[in-house]
Amino acid sequence: MSETSHVGDLQLQLRASPHLKAPDSTPKIMWNVVGSLIPVIAAATWFFGPSALLVLLAATAGAVLTERAFGQRGSLGDGSAAITGLLLGLTLPPGVPLWIAFVGGAFGIGFGKLVFGGLGQNVFNPALLGRAFLQAAFPAALTTWPAATTEWARLRGDNFALPFTTPSVDVVTEATPLGLMKFEATPTDPWSLMIGATGGSLGETAGLLILLCGGYLALRNYLNWRIPVSIFVTVALFQGLLFAVDSARFASPLFALFSGGLILGAMYMATDMVTSPVTNAGAWIFGFGIGFLVILIRTWGGLPEGVMYAILLMNALVPFINRATQPKPYGSPGRAAKRGAREAEA
Amino acid sequence: MRARLSFRHGVHPPEHKELTAGVPVRRMPYPEEIVLPLRQHTGKPARPLVEPGDRVERGDKIGEADGFVSVPIHASSAGTVKEIGLWPHPDGSMAEAIRITVDAFSPQIPRPRIIPHWDGLTPDQVVKAVQRAGVVGLGGAAFPTHVKLLPPDDVVVDTLIVNGAECEPYLTTDHRVMTEYPERVQFGIRIMMHTLGVERAIIGVEKNKPDAIETLERTLPDDLDVTVQGLTVKYPQGYEKMLIHALTGRDVPPGKLPMHVGVVVQNVASLACIAEVFETGLPLIERVVTVTGPGLRRPSNLIVPVGAKIRDVLEFCGGLLDEATEIVFGGPMMGGSQPDVDAPIIKSTTGIVVLTKKESRPRRTYPCIKCGHCLDACPVFLNPSLLGILAQAGRFEEMEEADLATCMLCGCCSYVCPSNIPLSQMFALAKAGAQRRKQQAA
Repeated sequence: MSETSHVGDLQLQLRASPHLKAPDSTPKIMWNVVGSLIPVIAAATWFFGPSALLVLLAATAGAVLTERAFGQRGSLGDGSAAITGLLLGLTLPPGVPLWIAFVGGAFGIGFGKLVFGGLGQNVFNPALLGRAFLQAAFPAALTTWPAATTEWARLRGDNFALPFTTPSVDVVTEATPLGLMKFEATPTDPWSLMIGATGGSLGETAGLLILLCGGYLALRNYLNWRIPVSIFVTVALFQGLLFAVDSARFASPLFALFSGGLILGAMYMATDMVTSPVTNAGAWIFGFGIGFLVILIRTWGGLPEGVMYAILLMNALVPFINRATQPKPYGSPGRAAKRGAREAEA
Repeated sequence: MRARLSFRHGVHPPEHKELTAGVPVRRMPYPEEIVLPLRQHTGKPARPLVEPGDRVERGDKIGEADGFVSVPIHASSAGTVKEIGLWPHPDGSMAEAIRITVDAFSPQIPRPRIIPHWDGLTPDQVVKAVQRAGVVGLGGAAFPTHVKLLPPDDVVVDTLIVNGAECEPYLTTDHRVMTEYPERVQFGIRIMMHTLGVERAIIGVEKNKPDAIETLERTLPDDLDVTVQGLTVKYPQGYEKMLIHALTGRDVPPGKLPMHVGVVVQNVASLACIAEVFETGLPLIERVVTVTGPGLRRPSNLIVPVGAKIRDVLEFCGGLLDEATEIVFGGPMMGGSQPDVDAPIIKSTTGIVVLTKKESRPRRTYPCIKCGHCLDACPVFLNPSLLGILAQAGRFEEMEEADLATCMLCGCCSYVCPSNIPLSQMFALAKAGAQRRKQQAA
């Protein structure tokens, strides 16, 4: 058979099994996360005007340029630096000077990720570490919340302030819903919180939209749904308990769920694969810890918002959670005991 | 303990069985040369009984079993022994093999032999007959079948599990055996139940083979407790441990065999082979092989004489397409790439899958991002992410503490890993290293 003579001179490839591969890849997951944030970015721009885009751009530039300068060659392509920049930007107030946002992005990638050894090695969520650094270094800039304005195109603060100068543009400010609640005991109507018609960070508003975008990622298995569900249930239960004890002093569970950065934090920060538990049992514990700490900080701490510190604290516990929740191998005595107990119940 | 007809975790690779699922089995003509490695089974290789120049008939014994966990080798064609020496083995190594020049004019009639009636034989005699016929597990592991038929006295076997799951993508060998030779499968089950003294047999077939389930149900014996169960379509459903779990709810403890939880598992093709031993008296000298893949011109299911070279089989199937890049022996999830098309089909070869650039393109490896997808895929509930990190750091002792021994190298973790970390490959190497350390310590 002459047509088949090339069976003999074929250059054969040798690969280890399995020879088939699921279509997901790490860059695909990361860029999907970036893509899923587009509606959130659009909403931030709708509410806060061009300032929102500028701040997000500055934070992302800080993160991406740092990764490019100090990261491994080609590591930009995996998309993780872009996520860090965008997420950091979403935690910032719209009027923050751009250079501060840039420094935050650079710090998050540099000290939150690269010093640990790059992608997959870091302990803390880099975006939140950047945000924590900024909060400590520039507390005033990070807590200036511009009031709603009717002029969409106006900047919401002195975004173009030069480094280390006092902002020169006067803006009308207002307190965030959480601030109002904490310091004036004035709750905001939950519906405004859900659709985002309130003051706050870029990604603190429009809770429903963020839920939708995160839900897309959960459906594609790009985030572990157990983490946000566990956070939401814990917050709702604890806040519900407080609310039942004294509804005048404590906020309602609905308010607690939709105010501040809880939804963004639960959907996008806590679910960062690298800094969350690898086991599903661990994911439940992790979420519970975050929810509990959020309520603790918000109710009895000095700050109106506690999502950032709650997640960072639980990040530090992830290695222990992983160790405590190792799966029990097939056929092992531990697994047999577990199955025995389950069948005894049934 | 309840049958769940499935197991937890696992993966759903694309099946691609449509290429050959409906293609009837054809017999491949005898090639010019047959190469029979002495090691075609798990256990000790056979010892050669012939010398170059010897004339052999089809079915003649040419290699003797070396001990209990070993089986003899038989000539799959009439011809003349050309040489006994090293030849490419499908596992990638060079191994001792008997080369036979096929007699092109032979009618391929085996020597007359006495076929004992199975019913009059004691279990011991059946076991001997099965070993004499060189029967091994045809599902891929090639464990000598007779060894599983003699449980020690302290073990009570109550169920025979018949493995017709065939969970590897592309392969349709067992599927065709079940639909085309159901009586032979049932006869094999009868012999097996008689020998093991069990009252119950369950045939497990993945639900993507409704015609096989239907044919087997139609041919069930009236006088025996044999049932057919449709199983969830999921890889690795056909693994012994997964199958036992799906059909009986029992789990095999580490270091133990299925018989320790009262079951013996036999593959459908192996049972058909046993039936043939007691029908025709012929030993295991040919088998059904699925030759398929996107890189092959005419995907087929063939009866191939054991020892036929890959080259001859591929040419009979129309040859390769230009895009072909890789030849896999067995299924694509667990099979090995073939470096040499002169390596022969052996008793354990379930299929040949020819892949193209599309499947075998190189992929960049990224660091582990701890996504946990491998934990959700691992059918034996290990933490492949942790094992992978330990492997990359060379911490092999810690891998053993993390239950590396439970790993069956099914490849689910590598399949799902978004960072393309070659997890199961690292685990295979680590297991081999652990084996070596154990031997050195002993």
